[in-house]
Amino acid sequence: MELVKPGLGLIVWMTITFSIVLFILSKFAWKPILAAIKEREDSINNALNSAEDARKQMDALKADNEKLLNQARAERELMLKEASEMKENIIAQAKRSADEEGRKIIAKANEAIESAKLNAMNELKTQVAVLSVDLAEKVLRKKMEDRSQQEAFVNENLKSITLN
Amino acid sequence: MNAIKKKSINYLVLAFSLLTLSSFGAINAFAHDSTHHEAEIHATDSAINLHAEAAHNPAEAHDEKEGVDAGKLIMEHIGDAHDWHMATIGHTHVTIPLPIIIKDAAGFHIFSSSKFHHGHDAYNGYKLEHGKIVAVNEDGSINESASFFDLSITKNVAAMLISVIVLIWMMLSVASSYKKGKGAAPKGFANLIEMGILFIRDEVAKPSIGPKYMKFMPYLLTIFFFIFLNNLFGLVPFFPGGANVTGNIAVTLVLALFTFVITSINGNKSYWGHIFMPPGVPKALWILLIPIEIIGMLNKPIVLMIRLFANITAGHIIMLGFFSLIFIFGAMSEGLGLGVSVMSVAFTTFMNFLELLVAFLQAYVFTLLSALYFGSAVEEHAHHDEHH
Repeated sequence: MELVKPGLGLIVWMTITFSIVLFILSKFAWKPILAAIKEREDSINNALNSAEDARKQMDALKADNEKLLNQARAERELMLKEASEMKENIIAQAKRSADEEGRKIIAKANEAIESAKLNAMNELKTQVAVLSVDLAEKVLRKKMEDRSQQEAFVNENLKSITLN
Repeated sequence: MNAIKKKSINYLVLAFSLLTLSSFGAINAFAHDSTHHEAEIHATDSAINLHAEAAHNPAEAHDEKEGVDAGKLIMEHIGDAHDWHMATIGHTHVTIPLPIIIKDAAGFHIFSSSKFHHGHDAYNGYKLEHGKIVAVNEDGSINESASFFDLSITKNVAAMLISVIVLIWMMLSVASSYKKGKGAAPKGFANLIEMGILFIRDEVAKPSIGPKYMKFMPYLLTIFFFIFLNNLFGLVPFFPGGANVTGNIAVTLVLALFTFVITSINGNKSYWGHIFMPPGVPKALWILLIPIEIIGMLNKPIVLMIRLFANITAGHIIMLGFFSLIFIFGAMSEGLGLGVSVMSVAFTTFMNFLELLVAFLQAYVFTLLSALYFGSAVEEHAHHDEHH
């Protein structure tokens, strides 16, 4: 059967042609095309990977921020707490010292009042004595015009007055 | 794989039964108007020959009676030829003569096939006999003992060269578009080709061959696009298509041989070890197994060769068979011919769509099987009994 008998000429031409086609296409078509496709795929993959990395970094950053924020918040709370404690302390201390001071002032004032009173009493006593002496002198001058009377009176008084 | 084999056998059976059927009808159909003779009315060296046919030459009548049946018509269409018949308008054949190259003891003879005048004349001691070149003696009788090689550019060679030029032009233009738009997405035609390339790489080469697939990519891409393009060219009914390149056994033989040679060259230790020292088998059985393995190894390219040849040829035969039916029935009665033509055109249209699928499918199958053979040649066997 003619159909299944391969012709020699066709085999020869086919071998030559196909070898040339294989060579030309391999060198000038498939190599650059495959390289270009590979390059493009690589660049796409790289882009995707770097996007993924960026996303991860973003996430990490966000987590960091969150952590920092939480830390800051905790710190602030701590500080506030400390501050309020300090305030209480300061107030308590101030109160305490004020009390003490007040007490001291009051004590001092009492002392001063006491001494002033004492002074005033003394002065009053002196004044009273002077006045009494003056008064007595005046009375006596009037009454004791005569000598005997004077002497009687003095004597009488001297008896009743005890010096204190 | 088996399904494909079965399918191609089905095709052949269908095609050949159709062929037989149409041959029977043709004997009556063409018997009465088949006597004619071609007379040259023009210069034979022109690029396109026009032959006017003068009717009624009784000397040739018996020759034509056997000749113009559908079987012969189909065989002529799917076979090779030394000129490219394009059309017959009235009684005028429009053909492109192709160069004849003959190598014999005296060296190369190169001349146009128009010198043969379609088998009517001898030239340089050679003659066309039923489309084949034969050596003739001085007196015109056929010289059976002469030894020569017919290296002519036949219709199939010419069709193949045209398709190859188209293929190279196509792929180089695609490659240059990649160089221009570096890193950019492919556009238009390059996009279409890239789809094919990625298909071969991701669906064929990578899963079949494994990590070493890059080495075989150029060959796989070349056979895929070569077979696909030639299959498509074969479906175009007029010049520059119409030749049956991938349905020619010489072409598929060379393609299968390329695959076989590349497989053998790249075969590693475990590939050859599997054939000549089947592992896991007692040595006494080697005498039985080694021939089987060798047959299995040789069987692969033979199967490749036959599958492509049979599928494409069967497709051509079926379509031509449908068309022949029109003329067979038309010869019986005009009405019958018209009626059948509706059916024939419908069926042929359907077949054409099927053949478009087959054109892709066979290119894919050939590439896939080649890739599988390469894969088995370069595979590193971790355990030995996975293939048997």
